[in-house]
Amino acid sequence: MSTVDRDRPNPSTDPAWEIVIGLEVHCELRTATKLFCGCRNSFGEEPNTSVCPVCLGLPGSLPVLNRTAVDYAMRIGTALHCRVQPSQFHRKNYFYPDMPKDYQISQYDVPINADGWLDLPDGGRIGIIRAHLEEDTGKTTHVGGGGRIHDAAHSLVDYNRAGVPLVEIVSAPDIRSAEEARAYVDELRAILVATGASDGKMEEGSLRVDANVSVRPAGSTDFGTRCEIKNMNSLRSLGRAIEYEAARQMALISEGGTVAQETRHWDEGGGRTGSMRSKEEAYDYRYFPEPDLVPLEPSEDWVAAVATSLPRLPADRRAAVAEASGLPAGSDAVATVVRLGLDHLVDAVVSAAGPPDAPSVAVRRLANEVAADPEAAASLDPASFARLVGMEAGGALTAAQARTVLKAIMDRGGEPEAIASELGFEAMDVSDLEAVVEEIISAHPDEWSRFEAGEDKLTGFFIGKVKAATDGKADLKAASSILRNRR
Amino acid sequence: MTAMSRRITTEGRISAKEVAHVARLARLRLTDEELERFAEQLGAVLEHARDVEQLDTAGVPPTAHPLPLVNVLRDDAVVPCLDRDEVLAQAPEVEDDRFRVPRILGEAP
Ligand SMILES: [Zn+2]
Repeated sequence: MSTVDRDRPNPSTDPAWEIVIGLEVHCELRTATKLFCGCRNSFGEEPNTSVCPVCLGLPGSLPVLNRTAVDYAMRIGTALHCRVQPSQFHRKNYFYPDMPKDYQISQYDVPINADGWLDLPDGGRIGIIRAHLEEDTGKTTHVGGGGRIHDAAHSLVDYNRAGVPLVEIVSAPDIRSAEEARAYVDELRAILVATGASDGKMEEGSLRVDANVSVRPAGSTDFGTRCEIKNMNSLRSLGRAIEYEAARQMALISEGGTVAQETRHWDEGGGRTGSMRSKEEAYDYRYFPEPDLVPLEPSEDWVAAVATSLPRLPADRRAAVAEASGLPAGSDAVATVVRLGLDHLVDAVVSAAGPPDAPSVAVRRLANEVAADPEAAASLDPASFARLVGMEAGGALTAAQARTVLKAIMDRGGEPEAIASELGFEAMDVSDLEAVVEEIISAHPDEWSRFEAGEDKLTGFFIGKVKAATDGKADLKAASSILRNRR
Repeated sequence: MTAMSRRITTEGRISAKEVAHVARLARLRLTDEELERFAEQLGAVLEHARDVEQLDTAGVPPTAHPLPLVNVLRDDAVVPCLDRDEVLAQAPEVEDDRFRVPRILGEAP
C-alpha cells in the first residue's frame, strides 16, 4: 500500500457508514515546576539543564507532589463537569529511553477526575470519561535516516520535559466526524486556557491529541475495531488523519478484510496513517501502586474553592451573549464573539440600553467587521462601539454606513457621530425615501405588477435599485417596509 | 493487584513459563535452572499472600498505602537543578548535550 487510493469512500459523506471517534488529549500544565520535583517547567531551554535526581530517576530520590498541579487538574475536572474524587498514583512500567526511571507515574484505576462532559458550540454534548494527572516524558531526537525512528542510527535524549505535569483528558466515543473532533479540541482548548491550567499551544506541544477511530455500518450500535492515531500536530492534521483512517477502514471492510487493533502514526507529508507495530510483543505495563506517593484526597473545602474561583467558561459566555442578543447560542456569530473574547462589547451595548435590537446588531458587527481585525478589536472603545450600534439599530445609519464608520473608528479612533457627519452620512428623511421608492416603481412597472401579484423575491430587485439611487444612504429596512406597505 | 498476580494466587502455583514471561518484561535473561528456582521462591511468596487471603476482610476498605497519610504536597517553587556537566558525566555516551542511546526499535508506547 504505497499510494493513496483515490476511489476510497468519502467518510464525511457516505451515508452507509458511521465514524466513531474518541479523543485522548494530553495537556501540559502551566506550573512553575515539574510534577514531582522543583525543576523548572519551561519550554525551549538548553537540553538537560532542567533536571535533578528525581526526574532523572537516580537511586534514592523521592517524588513529592506539586500542589499547584493538583489545583490545575481539579480546575480542569470541574470545568469539564467531572466528579473530583480521592485518587492515587500508579507506576506504568515500560522500557523506553524517554523515561529514565523505566516507568511513568500516572493514575490508573482511580483518576482524580471522572465522568464529566463538554458542550460543543453547536449544542452537541461529548462525554468525558476521565481527566487524570501524570508526568510527561523526555524528548527523543533520532539521528540519521532522515530523522525517522526505524532508519535512525541512534537517538539523543533531552530530559527537560521528563516529569512535566500533564492532565490526560479521555473523551467517550461520542464524536462522529472529523469536523466534530476539531470542534471538540477547539472547545476543550478554550476551556483549558480559561481555567488558567494551559497555554493551549498545540504547535509547541502543550496540547497533544491522539484519536481512537473506528467505523461501523450506519444504524449499528456495536463498535468496530478501533485504531489509535498519534502524531497530529494541528487541528488540520487531526481532521485529515481521521478522514484518511476512516476511509482506510471502510475500504478494508468493504473488500472483506478486517481492521487490526493497533496504533498508527500520522504522516503529515504523505497524508496517510501507517502502522507503528514493531516486532516486539504487545506492551504489558504491569501497573502497580506507586509506593513513594501517598493517596490524594482533596478536602471538600478545596474542591469548593476551585469551583468558585473558576472564571465563566465559554459555554456559559455563549449562553449569556445568546440571551442578550436573542441569537441562537449555537450560531457562528455568537461562537465567534466568545472565541475572540468580545463579550464585553456586547455588555457595553446592553448597558447603553439603546433600541431593542441593538445587541443583535452588535453581535453581527462583532462577528464580521470587528472579528476581521482582532488587533483593532482589542483597542475598540466600548462606549463608542455602543453608540455606533445604537445609531444603526435606531435607523440613523444604514447597515452599509455603520460598517464604514466602524472601520474608520477601528482604523483611527474617534467618535461615531463626528465620523458619520464628516462622511456626510445623514439619515435620509422618510418622505425623501418614499419619493425615491415611487420613482423606482414608475420606472419598472412590469416588475412592480409581478411584485404586487405576490412575487416576493422581487424585493431584492427594488432594494438594489434604492441602494443604487441613494448611494447607500437609504435605510434599507425602512425601504422594504415602504415597499410592503405600498403593495 | 495485577491480573497476573490474581490468577496466580487463585491457582496457588507459579510456573517456570510465567516466571520467564515476567523476566522478559523486566528485561532479565534467566537460565532454565534460575527459572525453576525463582518459580519455587516466588511460589512461597504467593503462598504467604494466600494465607492473608484467608482472613475475613469484608467491610475493611482497601488500603492504598501502608502509611496513614494523605495529601503530602509541596509548593510550586523552583529549586536549583543539577549542573549539566555533572548530569552528563554519568551518561555512557553524550552527543549535543544529550544522552546518546542505541537505535530504538519501535515508537514510544
Ligand atoms: Zn527534577
